[in-house]
Amino acid sequence: MSNKELKKWAAAGALFFWSVAAWAEYKLNLQTPQTLLGKQIYDLHTIVTVICFVTFIGVFGFMLYAVFKHRKSVGHKAAQFHENTAVEVAWTLIPAVILIALVVPATGTLITMRDTSEADLTIKATGYQWKWGYDYLKGEGEGVSFYSTLSTPRAQIDGGDVAGRNANPHYLLETDNNVVVPVGKKVRVLITAADVIHAWYVPALSVKQDAVPGFIREAWFKAEKAGIYRGQCAELCGKEHGFMPIVVEVMEPAQYTAWVSAQQKKAVVAKVDPDKTWTLEDLKARGEKVYAQNCVACHQATGMGVPGAFPALSGSKVVNGPKADQIKLVLNGKQGTAMNAFKHLSDVDLAAAITYTRNNWNNKTGEAIAPADIKALR
Amino acid sequence: MYAAHAHTDGHDDHAHKPAGIMRWIKSTNHKDIGTMYLWFSFSMFLVGGTMAMIIRAELFQPGLQIVRPEFFNSMITYHGLIMVFGAIMPAFVGFANWLIPMQIGAPDMAFPRMNNLSFWLLPPAALLLIGSQFMPGGGAGVGWTMYAPLSTQAGPAMDLTIFAIHILGMSSIMGSINIITTILNMRAPGMALMKMPLFCWTWLITAYLLVAVMPVLAGAVTMTLTDRHFGTHFFNAAGGGDPVLYQHIFWFFGHPEVYIIAIPAFGVVSQVIPAFSRKPLFGYASMVYATAAIAILSFMVWAHHMYTAGMPVEAQLFFMYATVLIAIPTGVKVFNWVATMWKGSLTFETPMLFAIGFLFLFTLGGFTGLVLAIVPVDVQLHDTYYVVAHFHYVMVAGALFSAFAGIYFWLPKWTGRMYNETLGKWHFWLSMIFFNMAFFVQHFLGLAGMPRRIPDYALQFAEFNMISTIGAFGFGLSQLLFLYIVIKAITSGEKAADRQWEGADSLEWTHLPSPAPWHSFATPPVVK
Repeated sequence: MSNKELKKWAAAGALFFWSVAAWAEYKLNLQTPQTLLGKQIYDLHTIVTVICFVTFIGVFGFMLYAVFKHRKSVGHKAAQFHENTAVEVAWTLIPAVILIALVVPATGTLITMRDTSEADLTIKATGYQWKWGYDYLKGEGEGVSFYSTLSTPRAQIDGGDVAGRNANPHYLLETDNNVVVPVGKKVRVLITAADVIHAWYVPALSVKQDAVPGFIREAWFKAEKAGIYRGQCAELCGKEHGFMPIVVEVMEPAQYTAWVSAQQKKAVVAKVDPDKTWTLEDLKARGEKVYAQNCVACHQATGMGVPGAFPALSGSKVVNGPKADQIKLVLNGKQGTAMNAFKHLSDVDLAAAITYTRNNWNNKTGEAIAPADIKALR
Repeated sequence: MYAAHAHTDGHDDHAHKPAGIMRWIKSTNHKDIGTMYLWFSFSMFLVGGTMAMIIRAELFQPGLQIVRPEFFNSMITYHGLIMVFGAIMPAFVGFANWLIPMQIGAPDMAFPRMNNLSFWLLPPAALLLIGSQFMPGGGAGVGWTMYAPLSTQAGPAMDLTIFAIHILGMSSIMGSINIITTILNMRAPGMALMKMPLFCWTWLITAYLLVAVMPVLAGAVTMTLTDRHFGTHFFNAAGGGDPVLYQHIFWFFGHPEVYIIAIPAFGVVSQVIPAFSRKPLFGYASMVYATAAIAILSFMVWAHHMYTAGMPVEAQLFFMYATVLIAIPTGVKVFNWVATMWKGSLTFETPMLFAIGFLFLFTLGGFTGLVLAIVPVDVQLHDTYYVVAHFHYVMVAGALFSAFAGIYFWLPKWTGRMYNETLGKWHFWLSMIFFNMAFFVQHFLGLAGMPRRIPDYALQFAEFNMISTIGAFGFGLSQLLFLYIVIKAITSGEKAADRQWEGADSLEWTHLPSPAPWHSFATPPVVK
């Protein structure tokens, strides 16, 4: 290769790396961290990557030199050495030293990362197939509780509304109820699951923790800046794994306080009189909503399920049979299938959803299930 | 025994092959069995590859276009299981069958009948595995790692998958026992352990790994089976079990499994690079020790696959330290390969190109492995496309490229015919370019936060996914060229020389004609 050619290649290479650097702002690296810990992790990643890159260039610089200079076609005769103790000791020890220099800062960051003590706010996040439930356990907002499901319209996903999808900047990363937290406060998240393993993952807040059914794991973050940060479930949890996002809305303290009181008022309004008598129509109307949030992913809006995988409710023997059997099945789930227990829903919601299924599609039982029926079988 | 001996004497090593299909069904010949392993592996590679194409086609654009999410999940599951257990592992067992007896100067494997059985267990296992997708409810969409409790929830396809894994495990264990016994007992006089070609060394170490961990995997899936049907609660917290227990058991198998795939690949490359450098392997002894060190360390690092599953911070620290330690022996190997090329007299036939491609890309995969070893960084990257990119660099550019290097290298010895060098080079460059196109961009997707195993994604991931899909299809199609090259070589390739590569110095090149006769080394060669 002539000198001139080499220069041309070097220029092309430099241009390539320059263009990569110009892009790097938003696409080729970790998301911009929004916490102090996240910045440490970001820097740690940069250090490791740079070390790897430099070593890579060094090692393959040697190799490429050999590829060009020690080839038979340029008449290079093979040397016959096959050992060199000094070199071998050096290339064992030098990497060892580099690795030690690397794990020291990593150890510090890890210990900070795992320290969930002295939190200002504690929230429990529960993974369900396929949504998240949040309970504010301690700190301002204690008692607030809600579910958070994907709010992207089904038509955008299935292709009925491609234009809508392309115009939606938060496609698949939007929910009906965002997790709201105050800025600058240490938020401890207790993470668990109700059915299979999920993972609570918000890249910009540098949090990822598996949600293991039956166990409680912890993570924490302290957002530096108000804003909306979006993530997704990161552990395969079945059919709708790709469709259970996590959206964290970080608010200024005053706004947060306002949000909390709004939530508490909503809870009071939503609290239903336990002695209220429900008509069939009331139950069906409420049940349709509950069904849309909890049942539709498997059993489908048509009530036909997915043949072979998820049974149809329309015309189903259970749904058209004695009500106690259906209530028990919904309450306790069916072992060894994707039908989970739905005990966590309220008596009214369960009564409504079951009434809806028993009086919709081809099912015409004409029966209204009272919340008291659910209570009796719990 | 006595009669068999007399029989061999009478016919010497003349071909006494039964005709037709029975030659293959009843074969106890290591070369025939090796051939069957390789063809089986290639057909599984095409099946698993087709599934990869379905996955990538769905991910070409945002939205659900081609498949439903549950089918997508079953594709990622079977793609992984078939590629690991059906394609890569049998490919290297095929190499072991062909090469180990010839390289150590033995007439055949130690247990020829068991050899036959360990191959013929594979087709029924593959049928169970592939057939399970047609069970009611479709395939098991649980991921190749089959984490509980998702796997306890899956349909009957899961049971068939479990049985398939049992059978594959039996086959692997038998194959390994055979390899260990052959290497330890059947070396020609003068073939000391430290004189063996490195390929035999890597397989000896791999075989021990297999014997140690395949029963662990069998245990994990059996516990899943009893949780599913017989009322146990190993992985169910409500019954006193723990879902994370499954992950510990699985990865205690799974991490050594990574090296079960990688170490024979190291062996192949350690044969190819010296041959085309016309120079002895640099640091033979340190290569052997580094391989053994990697194998031993591989038992102590399993929980680095589970940094986000939840464990005490002390455990995370231990597994981080142990994991970065692996970088040292791995580095030694890479340095040794480069030093082998240094001041050699290099030529770049197809096997050498694939070996260099391996070296380049496997090292890249090793580096991203180092990034992932650092717990706080891994917490960001775990279960994202960064991990997908990492392990495809290690598995495809590592194991598969090395297998290609091996096929091109030994094809003249096996068939007595040469492949077309120009087409071989095309195969290499197409594979190299499209592989990087498919997988390099996935690093960026993972860094930006795209989780793995999702059938649909947010719009900011669209460009890289499109590039990745185009690369994947290019890579897939390039492999059909490979099939053409091999068939063309077998049917009408030029006659190969006995020692086709001037730098190749193991016994199969120096002592045997091309093609190697059906029976070789009935009388052991003398090794100086």
